[in-house]
Amino acid sequence: MLRKRIIPCLDVRDGKVTKGVRFLGNRDIADPVELAEFYSENGADELVFYDITASAEGRSLFTDILKKTASRVFIPLTVGGGIKSLDDFDRVLKCGADKVSVNSGAIADKTLIRKAAARYGSQCVVISADVKRQNGKFMVYGRGGRDDAGIEASSWIKFCVEEGAGEVVLNSMDADGVKGGFDIEMLKEVCGDIKVPVIASGGAGKAEDFTELFKALPWVDAGLAASVFHYKEIAIPELKKRLFENGIPVRF
Amino acid sequence: MLAIVDYGVGNLFSLTSSFRAIGFEAALIKSPEQLRLADRIVLPGVGAFKDAADKLRATGLFDALKEEAAQGKPILGICLGMQLLFERSFEFGEHRGLGMIKGDVRPISDVIPKGLKIPHIGWNDLKFSPHPLFKYLRGEECVYFVHSFYGADCPSVIATTDYGAELTAAVGEKNVLGCQFHPEKSGRAGLSILKAFCEIGG
Repeated sequence: MLRKRIIPCLDVRDGKVTKGVRFLGNRDIADPVELAEFYSENGADELVFYDITASAEGRSLFTDILKKTASRVFIPLTVGGGIKSLDDFDRVLKCGADKVSVNSGAIADKTLIRKAAARYGSQCVVISADVKRQNGKFMVYGRGGRDDAGIEASSWIKFCVEEGAGEVVLNSMDADGVKGGFDIEMLKEVCGDIKVPVIASGGAGKAEDFTELFKALPWVDAGLAASVFHYKEIAIPELKKRLFENGIPVRF
Repeated sequence: MLAIVDYGVGNLFSLTSSFRAIGFEAALIKSPEQLRLADRIVLPGVGAFKDAADKLRATGLFDALKEEAAQGKPILGICLGMQLLFERSFEFGEHRGLGMIKGDVRPISDVIPKGLKIPHIGWNDLKFSPHPLFKYLRGEECVYFVHSFYGADCPSVIATTDYGAELTAAVGEKNVLGCQFHPEKSGRAGLSILKAFCEIGG
């Protein structure tokens, strides 16, 4: 039986892992390579590295970190942040990424997903959508949640999957950093009939939030979180034990 | 020397790193001449069957792989690399494979219940029969899969996984071995399978 995946997300800026609350006020918390190794040894099923660097210097620091991680950590690695072109795909895949997640880049260039899927295969292309409620609608945001893209989320995600995205990460900006649980309503509305794996992101505050997610939405494949893992508020082995006790299939 | 066939499909950084992590340096080889010098061979692969088979033919590696396998060198196909070992694939048409493993490569949609997502992505159980490749595994373990096609009608299945149907997870016919899953992405279990491969026949 396919297991539900638990995925820690590492936001990396200038060589350090950071995590902000509601996309504001990032602060440094740890060495990314060490943290990745720690997670891999402690039950993480996959890791997401998100490059939130703006400078060219920071970018090369990021690819160094990626290489170091990929030479020590042998679980799937997804990389996102600043992916705008096939050259960006190339750059991170050569450093050991297995999947590449696109967000603003796919909004700016509507052909990016199709081109990337044709060259690297759908299994390599992840659409990550930052979504927020606006006048009763679910709308997509770009540039780390700063720009309203003016696109409705469910049609956007359907489009991306048709273009060849092999996985969807839905990040609820309304739930992100609040630790009040995953945004079940948004996931249901926006990803309910998606035929590729769906990863829920934003809102995890305690182990029960993951149990609730997988019980309420059995078609969700994975739960992603950052700060609750980084600050050791949730230990993954303990979380998995809890999920197992609740009848949810996980990997030990 | 352990050799990884580098024929332009997929990136091999994780694969070479995973062998290094268990103490084996792997050479990336691109020509039949290099292939002949190898003691054991890993055939990786992602993407489309036809593209990969065409690339192997264009470089002369297609026939060279068959010759080296016939001489008894251990060969491990991974993911699409495993599918290439089969006789035929029905991925977008009908294409001939290396024919080292009896059977056909068919879409998993033929056998899994409707409603299950395709591709089959994620960690799933490896149910294996005793085989040198699995000598370090503790029992049932999870490994990481990413695929939409599977090895069908195959008498050489040595491991399966359950995704609404029993799907071929690994094959073995004497020195010719293949994993549908990615051992280089399957944590400790995966590394132990790679280590076991490096020790087969050696």
